[in-house]
Amino acid sequence: MIEIENITKRYGESTVVDDVSLTIAPRTVTVVVGTSGSGKTTLLRMVNRLVEPTSGAIRLDGEDNRSLPGYELRRRIGYAIQGHGLFPHRTVAENIATVPTLLGWERARIDAKVEELLSLFQLDPAAFGPRFPHELSGGQQQRVGVARALAAEPKVLLMDEPFGALDPIIRAKAQDDLLAIQKHFQTTIILVTHDMEEAFHLADRIAVMDKGKVVQYATPTEMLLKPATPFVESLIGAGERPYRLLAIAPVSSAVEPGHAEGVAISSAASQREALAELLWSGRDALPVADPDGAVIGKVSLEGLAKRAAGPT
Amino acid sequence: MRQLRFDKLGAIIAALALGGAFIAPFATFRANRIVAGEVKSVIDAVPAAWSVALLGIVVCAVIVALVRSPAYLRLAAAFVALAALALGIGVAATHLTPEANTYARVSPASGFWIMLFAFGLLAADALTRLRPAPFVRIVVLAVVLAFASAILLAGAWDGLSILKEYASRVDTFWAEGRRHVTLALGSLVAAIVVGIPLGVLCHRVTRLRDGLLGVLNAIQTIPSIALFGILIAPLGWIAVNVPGAAAIGIRGIGVAPAFVALFLYSLLPVVANTVVGLAGVPRDANDAARGIGMTDWQRLVGIEFPLAFPVILTGIRIVLVQNIGLATIAALIGGGGFGVFVFQGVGQTAMDLVLLGAVPTVVLAFAAAIVLDAVIEMATPNTRQAEAA
Ligand SMILES: Nc1ncnc2c1ncn2[C@@H]1O[C@H](COP(=O)(O)OP(=O)(O)O)[C@@H](O)[C@H]1O
Ligand SMILES: [Mg+2]
Repeated sequence: MIEIENITKRYGESTVVDDVSLTIAPRTVTVVVGTSGSGKTTLLRMVNRLVEPTSGAIRLDGEDNRSLPGYELRRRIGYAIQGHGLFPHRTVAENIATVPTLLGWERARIDAKVEELLSLFQLDPAAFGPRFPHELSGGQQQRVGVARALAAEPKVLLMDEPFGALDPIIRAKAQDDLLAIQKHFQTTIILVTHDMEEAFHLADRIAVMDKGKVVQYATPTEMLLKPATPFVESLIGAGERPYRLLAIAPVSSAVEPGHAEGVAISSAASQREALAELLWSGRDALPVADPDGAVIGKVSLEGLAKRAAGPT
Repeated sequence: MRQLRFDKLGAIIAALALGGAFIAPFATFRANRIVAGEVKSVIDAVPAAWSVALLGIVVCAVIVALVRSPAYLRLAAAFVALAALALGIGVAATHLTPEANTYARVSPASGFWIMLFAFGLLAADALTRLRPAPFVRIVVLAVVLAFASAILLAGAWDGLSILKEYASRVDTFWAEGRRHVTLALGSLVAAIVVGIPLGVLCHRVTRLRDGLLGVLNAIQTIPSIALFGILIAPLGWIAVNVPGAAAIGIRGIGVAPAFVALFLYSLLPVVANTVVGLAGVPRDANDAARGIGMTDWQRLVGIEFPLAFPVILTGIRIVLVQNIGLATIAALIGGGGFGVFVFQGVGQTAMDLVLLGAVPTVVLAFAAAIVLDAVIEMATPNTRQAEAA
């Protein structure tokens, strides 16, 4: 649990983060969105005290984050940034081993951890461990950056636009990988982005920032149905709302009894994917299969249209 | 048939080398070390067989230089021609000196120096084109130095006037040489020990940077002789007024002001390159280092310093080469070094003595530059791949 309480940061006259309070449940993904300059990065960096707040407090599992020196706090909190920030003169394995080495882990334990993480991120440890960062593709560098952030098994992971430098296809894959990793390690993640698509894809809860203030802190569905301010509404994009609503819910929650012709869609796919498939194939309904492949019903154009409708 | 194409630099080298071989004199003969000499062409300076061989080699090398030939062939031609020159000037000395005459002096004349320059240029150009690995460059340097040492030890140059000057000063030559190297290296080490921490401080404290770099820049613009002069007064004062200062060798003239002056000149390149190197460390890497919990010291030692190291080394290279040259001037204020021979030679109008001081200085500076350049390249990991990526 992360409790951010009335946190404020001023640089001279300008208030960059203005009296922000958020409570973040353990093992969830919280995404902070907002336009550039709205204070997202500053808020994130106050959690691990790369920036010291002007006033207010932040508690991690009830403990004030000022109760130990900044560098020790930061060794317990994962930190991944846009452009990965890998050390160019150290190999991939050395990069990932940085924090465990700082913490004085035994060699064997470090090596095992590096190997585990590389495998988890689908990088062959024997092939990639000894390489230098510049010998990797952008997507691989980014994965190593996240692997390094997770090396000391932090309970909390802070990410500042971690996928900002990736092209769309690799970015979508990286987002899915992150969700899988988050489930695997049960990490609490705070992720900063200015990409709403990314926010809705990843978030359990979204905090929208505008001029240093959090103007809405809610689940994606709540935010779509009841945007708190015109700013939030414009950020979501009026034309995008129905699709976003479908995108954040799985097909499994839209299954109707009955039979439909054609190739089945997985119940784990999003309702937006089902809608796209229906529109593209010109049909009214699709069969739905559970993860084992057994057909469990259908999903219909009519049913999805009702789900995409906003509150009246 | 393949068309012969000409090489532009080769044309210049050819013109120089041919002029040096056929128009300019090869060696100077003087009855004693200070009278004016008479100049001798290649044909007059060495026995007939030697002149045919020497001129033949020069013409062949000129042809190789002139046409567009492979770089390794150009390098080989340059080295063969340089070796022939080196041996030839020794032969000229023996040939021109009358039997059992210890006063007569033979020294290289303009033609020799012009050819040396021309073929040196050819070798440098070929090496640049071949882009040898750093280690190979050091090996080439070692081979060249070994060749020169072999000629010296075999006595093939003993007839040359510069070695006659050496023969009458064997002890002082090596003592001044040691002093020269100590002065150049000692001031460098002092500049590194003081300069790198100063550079780190300047990097961290922005306000300090501009002021300090400004002062160091100003020092660099003071002419060296003036700086030696400026230091005489304060150091003389310290010697008289600070107990123990005189005992450890601090005086207004001598090694102390020379050392201090070289140290002051060395500071700017070391400090400035440390600052530039640290500023060039990627922001992301620094931010990540802080973000994952490195202390400032760990970040400095583990991230910033290794990444800035090649740039800092470049500063050290500048200082070393500069100091080897500047240390010559230390002799003016009694600091010793190879400059002693240079200034004695100037005083006595004995050019050979000037050369006895100048040649080792140039060789030292040249060797230091090659070795440090190679080390810098080795310390910069994976540059080529990084550029390609
Ligand atoms: N160290 C600093 N000194 C002064 N102003 C700063 C500093 N860091 C950030 N700011 C200002 O704070 C505002 C918010 O910055 P930031 O948190 O990086 O926004 P975001 O991440 O949302 O783009 C910006 O206007 C920025 O110029
Ligand atoms: Mg930002």
